[in-house]
Amino acid sequence: MRKGPGLFLRSAMVLGFAFLYAPILILMLYSFNASKLVTVWGGFSTRWYVELWSNAALLDAARISVLVAATASTLATVLGVMAGYALARVPSFFGRTLFSGMVLAPLVMPEVITGLSLLLAFISISMDRGFTTIVIAHATFSMCYVAIVIQARLSGFDQSVEEAAEDLGARPATVFRRITLPLIMPGVISGWLLSFTLSLDDLVIASFTSGPGSTTLPMKIFSSVRLGVTPEINAIATILIGLVAAGTIIWSLALKRAEANRVKAAA
Amino acid sequence: MAGSAGGHSGWGRRIAILVPYLWLIAFFLAPFLIVLKISISTTAIAQPPYVPVWDSVGAALTHLGSPNLDNYLFLFEDSLYINSYLNSLKIAALSTLMALLVGYPMAYGIARSSRNWRGALLTLVILPFWTSFLIRVYAWVGILKTEGILNSFLLWIGVIAEPLQIHFTPTAVYIGIVYSYLPFMILPLYSTLEKLDESLLEAAADLGARPLTTFWKVTLPLSLPGIAAGCFLVFIPAVGEFVIPELLGGSSTQMIGRTLWSEFFQNRDWPLASSVAVLLLMVLVVPIVIFQRYARREGTG
Repeated sequence: MRKGPGLFLRSAMVLGFAFLYAPILILMLYSFNASKLVTVWGGFSTRWYVELWSNAALLDAARISVLVAATASTLATVLGVMAGYALARVPSFFGRTLFSGMVLAPLVMPEVITGLSLLLAFISISMDRGFTTIVIAHATFSMCYVAIVIQARLSGFDQSVEEAAEDLGARPATVFRRITLPLIMPGVISGWLLSFTLSLDDLVIASFTSGPGSTTLPMKIFSSVRLGVTPEINAIATILIGLVAAGTIIWSLALKRAEANRVKAAA
Repeated sequence: MAGSAGGHSGWGRRIAILVPYLWLIAFFLAPFLIVLKISISTTAIAQPPYVPVWDSVGAALTHLGSPNLDNYLFLFEDSLYINSYLNSLKIAALSTLMALLVGYPMAYGIARSSRNWRGALLTLVILPFWTSFLIRVYAWVGILKTEGILNSFLLWIGVIAEPLQIHFTPTAVYIGIVYSYLPFMILPLYSTLEKLDESLLEAAADLGARPLTTFWKVTLPLSLPGIAAGCFLVFIPAVGEFVIPELLGGSSTQMIGRTLWSEFFQNRDWPLASSVAVLLLMVLVVPIVIFQRYARREGTG
């Protein structure tokens, strides 16, 4: 039997979680502040949420961000599933070390370097910067996360089921569609969601690779935050946090249920 | 049949390898080589603001013998750059240590909680990772500002007579880094501490070791892999950090990510920005290689 955490560990956890959550909760609370002065509580109000709807520039940036994130994460998922499959199921091919290195490298590469190098590459092939270049940039770093999730999931499954289907005469495409894909589906969805949030959140790489008319939401937030704290930004931050928290909770509940069903089916 | 890779399933596999391979070469490897190339070219006031080192493969070969290293020499001559690098390493190392001190007891506490609690507590650790990094850093601006929430509170309870200047100081950067990267520290620590064999602790206690001795002699050494992984995961991204020093440190903290940004966006010196990037990567290569080796050994072991 495991001994529960003692008083010291308990207080460390309480303080630690307070440190992790207090800033976000304070920000959310102050988004409902009636006063324009950010630190003076002027009563409860939803006026900043109402004003958000008339801020055309912010709404436009939000629209662009969602479009970029949806496109980039779909592209990243397709590329990442292929890369993860190759790493997990093909033990040797020409340049495998370089390939696995390139899949891991973007995860530890400082964002400023990724952004700078992509921008210089786009310029050197005289590609106009805008929606497409941000999508390419986001898909490139997100696909690595997807590849690692898929590789981990595939390594956890025995290859013999796929081989058995092949031996029974199923074509490779059929094996992938009927056996491999269902096995990695939770990973595919997790990977897509992760790519979507990474893209929606990215400031540095988007700042390097965007062009006129393609300002994303983080870029817009960043430029107004530089001028100081504004209640409107608090409001949009609260909306974003709410959406992400809801998405995460729904997805983890769905995963838990699917897992429980599988256990039930297996029993 | 295991050896069917070259057989009838060959085409699907070939595509699965080739497409992401070419994509990464085009959008990861090639761009980096371009940075390398521009870092050894000469600054020019033009669009694009640099003179290419070479325009054709033939010219490239002649230039390879005499690359222009002026940008790199400049980085070593001007103390601004050296200080940025050293400052980044110092800030990243100290914040990693602080994150370890905050994260270790949390991870240990979670690992020793009951099974029902563990899942919920872990979700609480991971959840901030899913919420916007920029927003989490921004949340601290409202707290740490001179007329911010922390100062108002401290003034109200009478601890201080005058507002503290925390925003736009290195202290704010440390707080920001520890806060932002704490989950990266807790997760690997948790996964080693969770596997810790309880009977070892009981054995130590039975042999008369006091709890603190047991911790120093048993728990801490056994959790070293988690400590190493957590420290790398905090240290590496912290060195190249841009958002935190920009929003919380201001001009008080010159970190290399900010230097690169301003060299590129404000001074428009692309070759110099490129050589800052190359040098930053060189600084990071050592810890990254150590970490990857380490991760591979842990993964296979």
